Amino acid sequence: MRLWLGLALLGALALGALAAPLLQSWLGHDPFTPDLFNRFAAPSAAHPLGTDELGRDILLRLLHGARVSLAVALAVALGATLLGTGIGLLAAWAGGWTEALLMRLADGMLALPALPLLVVLAAVDTGRFGLPRGEALSDIIRIAAILVVFGWVVVARLTRAAALTQLSLDYVAAARVAGAGEARVLVRHLLPNIAGPIAVATALSVAGAILAESTLSFLGLGIQPPAPSWGNMLSNAQEMVFSAPLAAVWPGLAILLAVTGCTLVADGIRQRMP
Amino acid sequence: MLALIAGRLVQIAVTLFLVSAATWSVMGLMPGDPVDLALMSDPQLTAEDAARLRALHGLDRPLHERYLAWAAALLRGEFGHSRLFAVPAAQVLWPALGSTLVLLGCALLLAGGFGVLLGVWGAARRGAAPAVDAVTILAQSTPTFWLGILLIILFAVELGWLPAGGLAEAPGLAEAARFLALPVATLAIGNLAGYARHSMAAMQAELGANYIRTARMKGLPERAVLWGHAFPNAAIPVVTILALDAGALVSGALVTETIFARPGMGKLIYDAIMGNDYNLALLALLLAALVTMLATLAADIAQRLIDPRLSR
Repeated sequence: MRLWLGLALLGALALGALAAPLLQSWLGHDPFTPDLFNRFAAPSAAHPLGTDELGRDILLRLLHGARVSLAVALAVALGATLLGTGIGLLAAWAGGWTEALLMRLADGMLALPALPLLVVLAAVDTGRFGLPRGEALSDIIRIAAILVVFGWVVVARLTRAAALTQLSLDYVAAARVAGAGEARVLVRHLLPNIAGPIAVATALSVAGAILAESTLSFLGLGIQPPAPSWGNMLSNAQEMVFSAPLAAVWPGLAILLAVTGCTLVADGIRQRMP
Repeated sequence: MLALIAGRLVQIAVTLFLVSAATWSVMGLMPGDPVDLALMSDPQLTAEDAARLRALHGLDRPLHERYLAWAAALLRGEFGHSRLFAVPAAQVLWPALGSTLVLLGCALLLAGGFGVLLGVWGAARRGAAPAVDAVTILAQSTPTFWLGILLIILFAVELGWLPAGGLAEAPGLAEAARFLALPVATLAIGNLAGYARHSMAAMQAELGANYIRTARMKGLPERAVLWGHAFPNAAIPVVTILALDAGALVSGALVTETIFARPGMGKLIYDAIMGNDYNLALLALLLAALVTMLATLAADIAQRLIDPRLSR
């Protein structure tokens, strides 16, 4: 029930994001060019959610923002899951000093206040590494990379805990006796049995990534305007709270729905686990 | 217990060293040292002046040498200067820390109190659990900065009851409380959900245990069963969450302070980064990390004091 509700929410948002160009040609205006005669227009047939301080359509900007926010979330989910699963498996499998070192590292990162560190990291100029500056794509990559640095911790801890219980079970010993190499034991036998906790951790890290990306963009360190993201739309809207309070409602609602969707999916998977 | 505290203090020291070294190198990668800024604002400066200034402030030396010099000074208690505020860094750090601790303390009290009440209510009352679940999932998914903006729109713009931000100008507790109300509410609502979810889960687990049935069979009133028997046991996981959430609370403070323009640690870090004030940014970051880790340690010690199974 929760799982389906969450998937439906995320699916609707993804569909909206994919359909943005279609809707754009259907409504017949461009959400990137200012239309100063049409500032703060009330919702109408042409502008279903009205327009912002530059006369751009809010609904279309929301949908384009969804493309950015969901792209970051997907990239973080992929990176954090791969890195976290790898580190968690390594810790559980190797034991000893490796495990102690990796897990103390994870503990240390969990104990740190994440956002102040993210703010410091996000202010780094990627131009110095030869990456292009100020383009939406390089922003997405930069933010996703920073979030992966913090995102793997939860995945690694859950993976290690699940892998430790599985490694002591007889089927692992049986596979080893049957002559399977360690890599094969881990990937073919162990991984399918700990897919549940990994999926939960991934869903939670997606939720965290959406929140963190929007927070950084809100602070002006994430996705840079004119490219719309839910966070930087809100930071524009904050300056307009006295003239156009409604403009601040929609982007936040979009973040709320996306994060709720991820949380529901995580809860749903957890309920279905044996 | 002493071994635990000693081990954790060592871990905190190592973490602080790693964080400071890492952020120092990262900040070294950022564009523009202070001399660049001076060059931009003063056309009279020549290239020789710039080189002389760099040598004077040690900016021409390699990154790790500068780091070691800075760390040695810090260990001697010399905090250096803040370029952004043009005063000794300590002069802005301590007031900011005080302001943030007040904000965090009030928010933690409110979030913990109402969160636990909500959780216990959800577990004790038949049929309330799904409602509490729904409310907490929504509260957990709400971005702090959006909540802050919504509260500003409602209470400062539409109703005009409370100020939209800043610090109290007039002295007095009531005035300070008026300015604290919205930031504290924002931070508390954002963090309440975690406490509510975990205390509800813990209470549900305890209420199904046999000793609860025994207590009820003895004819104890439900209030005594809930708070006298089930709650002390359910409180243990809640304290664990308290420990794990310290970092989230400090992160929330950064956003809250930025939205409500409160000069605290979070806003200080943000302003220092934005103003290229490396020294202040790093000091504030380390101080925030230290406070967070000490809070986590305190919660761990508290947990061991409540739960005799852990101290053995």
